[in-house]
Amino acid sequence: MTLHTDRELNHQLEVLRGRLLRMAGLVETMIDDSVRALMEVNVELARQTIARDHQVNRIEVETDEQCLLIIARWQPVASDLRFVTLALKMVTDLERIGDLAVNICERAIDLAGRPAIWPWDEVQEMTNIARGMVQGSVDAFVKGDAVLAQSVIDQDDVVDDLYVQAFQHVLSTMQEHHEDLPGGIHALSVLKWLERVADHATNLSELVVFMVKGKDIRHMARDPHIAHG
Amino acid sequence: MTAALASQRLPSTKIAVSSVHAWFGSNHVLKDVSLNFPEKSVTAIIGPSGCGKSTLLRSLNRMHELVEGARISGNILLDGKDIYDPGVDPVLLRRRVGMVFQKPNPFPSMTIRENVLSGLKLTGRLEHQSSDDIVRRALRGAALWDEVKDRLHSPGISLSGGQQQRLCIARSLAVRPDVLLMDEPCSALDPIASAKIEDLIHTLSADYTIVIVTHNMQQAARVSNYTAFMLHGELVEFSKTDQLFTAPRDPRTEDYITGKFG
Repeated sequence: MTLHTDRELNHQLEVLRGRLLRMAGLVETMIDDSVRALMEVNVELARQTIARDHQVNRIEVETDEQCLLIIARWQPVASDLRFVTLALKMVTDLERIGDLAVNICERAIDLAGRPAIWPWDEVQEMTNIARGMVQGSVDAFVKGDAVLAQSVIDQDDVVDDLYVQAFQHVLSTMQEHHEDLPGGIHALSVLKWLERVADHATNLSELVVFMVKGKDIRHMARDPHIAHG
Repeated sequence: MTAALASQRLPSTKIAVSSVHAWFGSNHVLKDVSLNFPEKSVTAIIGPSGCGKSTLLRSLNRMHELVEGARISGNILLDGKDIYDPGVDPVLLRRRVGMVFQKPNPFPSMTIRENVLSGLKLTGRLEHQSSDDIVRRALRGAALWDEVKDRLHSPGISLSGGQQQRLCIARSLAVRPDVLLMDEPCSALDPIASAKIEDLIHTLSADYTIVIVTHNMQQAARVSNYTAFMLHGELVEFSKTDQLFTAPRDPRTEDYITGKFG
């Protein structure tokens, strides 16, 4: 890799990259642990996971500050500019993934020991794919791999299909067993949050494509009127 | 390069440079350079020292040939006419294609007013009755009028560095050029004076075609509509400035503008 002549800029960009990777690693673990806490009725794990969100929030603030510092002091251009703007946006998606994991943990604590309708197979599969998408986005970011990023984006449809399938499953059960309505509503919320995790992972991968290729692909599939420069 | 340019909707061409080579003695300083400078736009030429950017600039108004041992080949067309045609008078050409240099160079023995009119006097085109209008128009065009209107008879060198540079721009504007060439016009100025020149460049681009050579990449990014990156005498990339500073096409441009040059 060609290094910048300005070693301090090199150092700053490396620190920034390290922060993003640390934050991504934390939220990946949070997704897994939140669903595990729910499935295993593990209130202690849910509480530990919620506590971890404070670290994620702190890294978000530190990253924002560092990006502003880099822009103010070095006025980055080209791939450096794309990297710094990516970092600014990436932390927002990662932080929200952390918040979604916290939501699931809070539900795990509230529901501990109480009946709920869980389409466990779909929940587990959605969790695996969504976590894999976050991991894939981060790998694509580390390797500068736009092809891998695109494959992550493509997986979002799989999660959407699973969501619809699980939603129907829960809805049918609710219709048949009215006494399970509160538990069903909780289950629908968790399914929606997992689906949102996949959406944020998709955003991350779209940002990686922009970083690597300098091409903004957001919203293009759904809105033909958007033609990014 | 050609495909990239073809994909851009450029305004009409003011100066067309085609297969230009230039030498100082045996030193080959421009190698097969071709690009079109769009009309009424600002084009910045960037690149490391010795890359040929100043030579390219000086070839646009035939100042390159003033250096002993300098040679040039290829075609440079201004509004479609070859500026190196034997029938072209270089002095008249330089009136249409003015030059602003790195260091402000007002004539030291002349007043502000005389400096503005010096180009017209030298070419014998000054009609006395219109000279006040010309001075006012040129100084206004250079955003200097309000600062000097009450001391037009003071020496030009009594002005600050930034004002002297704007005086030189006014001197160029007085002869009503089509094109303004600027060779590092802010390198000797403080940030405030530089900002005034940059603002002026932006205003002037509505009426003039401007080509600016600069080492300051942030300045190129701020003031220009198009940017040409040169390296070792070759034109590496010519793009819209927005494109070049966010997603350059050539990895050599990327390395240079991000400061990764060896």
